[in-house]
Amino acid sequence: MELHEHRRTLVVAGNGMVGHKLLEILVERGATAEWDIVTFCEEGRPAYDRVGLSSFFNGTSADELSLVSPGFFDQLGLTIHMGDAVASIDRQSGEVVSDKGLRIPYEAVVLATGSFPFVPPVPGKDTPGCFVYRTLDDLEAIREYAAGCRVGAVVGGGLLGLEAANALRSLGLDTHVVEFAERLMPVQVDEGGGSVLRRRIEDLGVHVHTGMATTEIVTAKSGGVGAMRFKEGDDLPVDLVVFSAGIRPRDQLARDAGLAVGERGGVVVDDACRTSDPKIFAIGECALYGGRIFGLVSPGYQMARVAADRILGGEAAFTGADMSTKLKLMGIDVASFGDAFATEPGNEAITYRDPVANVYKRLVLGPPDRRGDRKVAGGILVGDAAVYQTLLQMCRGDMPSPKHPEELIFPAGSGAAVPAVGVGALPGTAMVCSCNNVDKGTICAAVAAGCDSVGTIKGITKAGTGCGGCVPLVTDILKDEQGKAGVVVANTLCEHFAYSRQELFDIVRVHRITSFSEVLAAHGTGEGCEICKPAVASMLASLANGHILDGERAALQDTNDHFLANLQRDGTYSVVPRVPGGEITPDQLIALGEVAKEFNLYTKITGGQRIDLFGARVDQLPHIWRRLIDAGMESGHAYGKALRTVKSCVGQTWCRFGVQDSTTLAIDLELRYRGLRAPHKIKGAVSGCTRECAEAQGKDFGVIATEKGWNVYVGGNGGVRPKHAELLAANLDRDTVLRYIDRFLMFYVRTADRLERTAVWLDKLEGGIEYLRRVVIDDVLGICAELEADMARHVDTYECEWKAVVDDPERMERFRTFVNSDEQDPNVVFVTERGQIRPAFDHEKADPALLTIGAKP
Amino acid sequence: MTVIMSKVWVDVCPLEKLIPGRGVCALVGGLQVAVFRIVGEEIYAISNFDPFSRAFVLSRGIVGSKAERLKVASPIYKQSFDLDTGVCLDDATVSVRTFEVRVEGGIVQVASP
Ligand code: SRM
Ligand SMILES: Cc1cc2nc3c(=O)[nH]c(=O)nc-3n(C[C@H](O)[C@H](O)[C@H](O)COP(=O)(O)OP(=O)(O)OC[C@H]3O[C@@H](n4cnc5c(N)ncnc54)[C@H](O)[C@@H]3O)c2cc1C
Ligand code: SF4
Ligand code: FES
Repeated sequence: MELHEHRRTLVVAGNGMVGHKLLEILVERGATAEWDIVTFCEEGRPAYDRVGLSSFFNGTSADELSLVSPGFFDQLGLTIHMGDAVASIDRQSGEVVSDKGLRIPYEAVVLATGSFPFVPPVPGKDTPGCFVYRTLDDLEAIREYAAGCRVGAVVGGGLLGLEAANALRSLGLDTHVVEFAERLMPVQVDEGGGSVLRRRIEDLGVHVHTGMATTEIVTAKSGGVGAMRFKEGDDLPVDLVVFSAGIRPRDQLARDAGLAVGERGGVVVDDACRTSDPKIFAIGECALYGGRIFGLVSPGYQMARVAADRILGGEAAFTGADMSTKLKLMGIDVASFGDAFATEPGNEAITYRDPVANVYKRLVLGPPDRRGDRKVAGGILVGDAAVYQTLLQMCRGDMPSPKHPEELIFPAGSGAAVPAVGVGALPGTAMVCSCNNVDKGTICAAVAAGCDSVGTIKGITKAGTGCGGCVPLVTDILKDEQGKAGVVVANTLCEHFAYSRQELFDIVRVHRITSFSEVLAAHGTGEGCEICKPAVASMLASLANGHILDGERAALQDTNDHFLANLQRDGTYSVVPRVPGGEITPDQLIALGEVAKEFNLYTKITGGQRIDLFGARVDQLPHIWRRLIDAGMESGHAYGKALRTVKSCVGQTWCRFGVQDSTTLAIDLELRYRGLRAPHKIKGAVSGCTRECAEAQGKDFGVIATEKGWNVYVGGNGGVRPKHAELLAANLDRDTVLRYIDRFLMFYVRTADRLERTAVWLDKLEGGIEYLRRVVIDDVLGICAELEADMARHVDTYECEWKAVVDDPERMERFRTFVNSDEQDPNVVFVTERGQIRPAFDHEKADPALLTIGAKP
Repeated sequence: MTVIMSKVWVDVCPLEKLIPGRGVCALVGGLQVAVFRIVGEEIYAISNFDPFSRAFVLSRGIVGSKAERLKVASPIYKQSFDLDTGVCLDDATVSVRTFEVRVEGGIVQVASP
């Protein structure tokens, strides 16, 4: 890895939703190789899910709302100053100054300071019992104060006001909503929608007062809030008031620094998200783009992506964002999208209202085209928003509008046929998750690559991890794709076993089953197949550790396991001896070279720090291995769903930056887990310092040296869907490293699905890494001793599978091309390329002059 | 005109050499034949050629069943072939040839066409 002597500093003001998204994108794009990123976090806790803030009152803890993955801020190149805010930006000297007096010279600054709730300047607004609704601290304070209250009121009947009202209701208060405008949610819905919404909310027992201006908060004798006074009508006795009368961008820093701000506030940015100073960016709710503040998380995330790209020298542009929203307010669906108020010229609205069911739908259609057809241009849905996604896609032009779009808002059975428009009709380019910029095609690809739950799709594509509004659509796409692929959605192994792998594993373990026929007879049907046979073989191997070709087991193995080598496209095999930690002696290299020459094998360095020999026929395999074993080598299990390699870097032994002996630990780990059979292959790595030359964070288990010990990471993956590993525990000593990895691996072996790598398994694990920690560190399931004992048995009984074959004439018998002849397969033919063999393609086979034949043993 | 050709039975190997549920490959009149033993003397023989990968490998696949049909799955791209008829169970337009087999005096034999 390259080291950049000249590092640059980026200061991020604000660690809210958007500021944190920026950090994640920068890290993901490798910015920390060049940048030191310094974040100031004014709140006492790092970024959390403000969109989900209200769930705090339903028992979601502050920790659960956190957006920061464990260890995130431990990464090299990232610094966060908690409880300290940026006080000013000195553009002259190019320094940021903090409240606590830090001065940080910068190359670039990003303002992600969000907004603050607007509190109308009414007398008494600071009386104890008056609150705003923006931060976790606000909610904690409300909860505490509400304990002694009976009546609560919210000033403001907009989106956030209604959410706050619901919160007061859930705290057991008799709740009032006071709105200055003539209807609720004046920004999102029209008169008709507002009145339906009002009736629905009143049905829930909330009192709604519209067209009322609050003029004063009257103090009670106790000193706290006593009543609200209005311009019109009587006082309303209340004990607690929440102001939710809109938001104002936090642009003070920009004002003080002389940057351009909007007339009504907001830091003016261009489509690069740059302020009037090109070194300073603004994103999220503090930024004013095209005269607008975007008070939603999705446009903020888009800005974060643009700013990150620009900081890294890219050209991404922000061009405004769609303010379509769908919410569930107090259990009531409310959606508004496109030109909801039909303000564009030529647009016209059609309204449907059902006063009995209390449903209101308004569809805005564009001007008629030549054929008189009109496209969906916007709409408002209150009480029933089932068609929202479909209409939104039509509105965005991702899906064609039907001939009579208005039929979509009339209920089925009203005479107008509802055209069948399922998610299947959406094209791959349709935007599904606007928070994270994920289209349908990406989700389909994830499903095709094996994602079979919304959780795994979230993990891999990030769809659904922002505002959460797209989760129902993601779920529908998943089901649709699975249906198309003929996937039986129930999680059973195959037609022969009505159990998941984990269930079958438990059956085999608990009943101490030792053969496939036993488990098939007792718990399955039919003859088995290429899915359940290797799966059971792997379980038997994980549990009992006998030779995988013994007795009946031989018939269960995939060809790779059956011949202890990897089958290639022409029917020949490759041979991969183990090179623990990638360390190899000159003598072993010479032996490998001699064997390759003798058997005329193609040689290549693998991506796993070892050497692969290709082009061996079945009958050659035991002879090749005899030679390799004599030279002190052993099977590398490249053929098995088993431990592959533990990559190492040279570490402290040679490297000037190394802080621990990474090579030795890698070798120890590889020797410890060699031969361990698992649901899928397992890879590990150990790096000698945070420069991470061994790429440990891309492995199923990875260890990175620190000054104080070792950090253990789990659940990383390269391959089809790369994923960074998550930090399991930090600064461990060697023995604890082994203990945690023992437990982690055995827990994975026991509970993962067939062909499920640790990354996918961890994604699916309910509670994720937190839960994993509780199992393998805190031992909440009380199984750690068992897991360690299983691993100890594995370590004690390990033998090289190839040694066991070459030492046994009966096992050797199996390695024949033809049972009844010593001839070679005439279809296996090679051509020479760059001085080595490779399998001939069909057209080359026609020309004998091109061919070379493999050597005979 | 009818030509009557008498079958030639070619020895494969002693029955006990075949592992139940697994295959071997035999050379029969220059053709590669995959021979599978299910249980006892229940034996099947089909061509060793996998039409999908164009490699001679079917004898190295895993034997199993799909609904009522006995089958072998190619070890390369995993398509299954009916052991009785040679028809591919994933794509009925593809099939491999089948051979007659018997056990004579403890020896497995395949009919050379
Ligand atoms: C030989 C090698 C490529 C090379 O020339 O360097 C290789 C070759 C194969 N890889 Fe690989 N992979 C090799 C390193 C990798 C790496 C890099 C690494 O390990 O650091 C990766 C990405 C890292 C990872 O796994 O997270 C990798 C990701 C895959 C995948 C995708 C796995 C996934 O989770 O997405 C497959 C497919 C699978 O396993 O289902 C695969 C499957 C295969 C198979 C077994 C495909 C097959 O069934 O024929 C290839 C046959 C190997 C053989 O015949 O010996 N190989 N493969 C590398 C052997 C490493 C070794 O010493 O054992
Ligand atoms: C109750 C509630 C419900 C919501 N529901 C939705 C919804 O359903 N859908 C939706 O899209 N949006 C919703 N939102 C809006 C959404 O939360 C915001 O759009 C989003 O949080 C904006 O992110 P931000 O990073 O710009 O601002 P914030 O998340 O507010 O973060 C700004 C951070 O910067 C800090 N800060 C400010 N000044 C400084 C300084 N000088 N130095 C250091 N730190 C500073 C602040 O303390 C704050 O922590 C909701 C908001 C609330 C309050
Ligand atoms: S110790 Fe290892 S990870 Fe660190 S720089 Fe050296 S080789 Fe790379
Ligand atoms: S649209 Fe917000 S999370 Fe997907």
